[in-house]
Amino acid sequence: MDDAETAAQFDDIPGTTLFDARRSRMGYHLNMFCMSLMKAENREAFKRDEDAYLAQFPMTAEQKKAVRTRDWNGMLRLGGNIYYTSKLGATDGLTFQNLAALMTGSTQEEYLQMMIGGGRPPKGNRSKKEWARG
Amino acid sequence: MARIVGGVATSHVPAIGAAIDRGRMTDPYWQPLFKGYERSKEWMAATKPDVVLLVYNDHASAFSLEIIPTFALGCAEDFAIADEGWGPRPVPAVKGHPDLAWHIAQSVILDEFDITIVNKMEVDHGLTVPLSLLCGQPKEWPCPVIPLCVNVIQYPPPTGHRCFMFGKAIRKAIESFDADLRVVVFGTGGMSHQLQGPRAGLINKEFDARFLDKFATDPEALTRIEHVEYVREAGSEGIELVMWLIMRGALEADAKEIYRFYHVPASNTAVGHMILENKRAA
Repeated sequence: MDDAETAAQFDDIPGTTLFDARRSRMGYHLNMFCMSLMKAENREAFKRDEDAYLAQFPMTAEQKKAVRTRDWNGMLRLGGNIYYTSKLGATDGLTFQNLAALMTGSTQEEYLQMMIGGGRPPKGNRSKKEWARG
Repeated sequence: MARIVGGVATSHVPAIGAAIDRGRMTDPYWQPLFKGYERSKEWMAATKPDVVLLVYNDHASAFSLEIIPTFALGCAEDFAIADEGWGPRPVPAVKGHPDLAWHIAQSVILDEFDITIVNKMEVDHGLTVPLSLLCGQPKEWPCPVIPLCVNVIQYPPPTGHRCFMFGKAIRKAIESFDADLRVVVFGTGGMSHQLQGPRAGLINKEFDARFLDKFATDPEALTRIEHVEYVREAGSEGIELVMWLIMRGALEADAKEIYRFYHVPASNTAVGHMILENKRAA
């Protein structure tokens, strides 16, 4: 199977962003900004003045806006990876589960209950064609 | 000679670590999960391995996008606990086993697995949560641990087949180490889960059940699962299951299933767990 065929198969999976070479290159500085939040002093500096802190990173205006508005799905589209964006989440006091609820457009309670109920089933969630039919 | 006596497959969900560290193990949400590991802790205490080799993935803690090793073997004397944005987990630092680790590195590289040798590395929940689940909350971990870190974040991770073959090379390496050591190999991560995007929360119990069945009796069949199938069927982070296949390759083909546990949910994740024992090396 060639690259284009593989990419088409991945692209058909709905609501999912594959962190491949293209996105990794696009999101390098966005992800490295998130990585910097591993240090407590950087978290403090970011919280004191988000714009000033972000100015240190050669990110695109769109990426900075996605960070400032906490557009979690937008960050993924712009090359962010969840293991990096989750460090921004942690800085805000949000867990992986909190972020998942936000990215799926659910309330925290709805998401929690969906997971307790066994999670999102694969049926109807394998292909974009299934999502298009609603 | 050193020998592998058993294998532990388990999920390594960060929220499990948080539940342990904050004393929430008896909460109604968490109680069924921790109950499922009671027998595993007994097995671990009775098995008393001299060394654990623990296969896990780093979650942008020790490695960032600056360096992305596919397989990184921890050869250091010790490994500090990473701050993942919440402060480091309050667990003991991990002591390594440099003699065995370096021996494994040399053996597998000459066996054509061109791994990365790491002499300084912080370890995150991927490594510490499995230790907590199997060892509880001791002041010191019961034995040295050799971390084997696998890239499963940057696409493409190694294939399941490559992981399985790597496991076999690790077995050969351990069995050629001239010391009477009993080794337990951990394969961690999974099972089905997706942390990102509008499809987050995906759980596929049928996929997981089939995987567990085949894992014990016909792991070669699992080595043929392609990356796209993992992502579609088991979620974007379900692809971590390739790491279980390193452990399975390191165990004997006819290793015996001792224990199995499956629970949904832990945060966003289906928790799967299996213990295998080698028949000949016990």
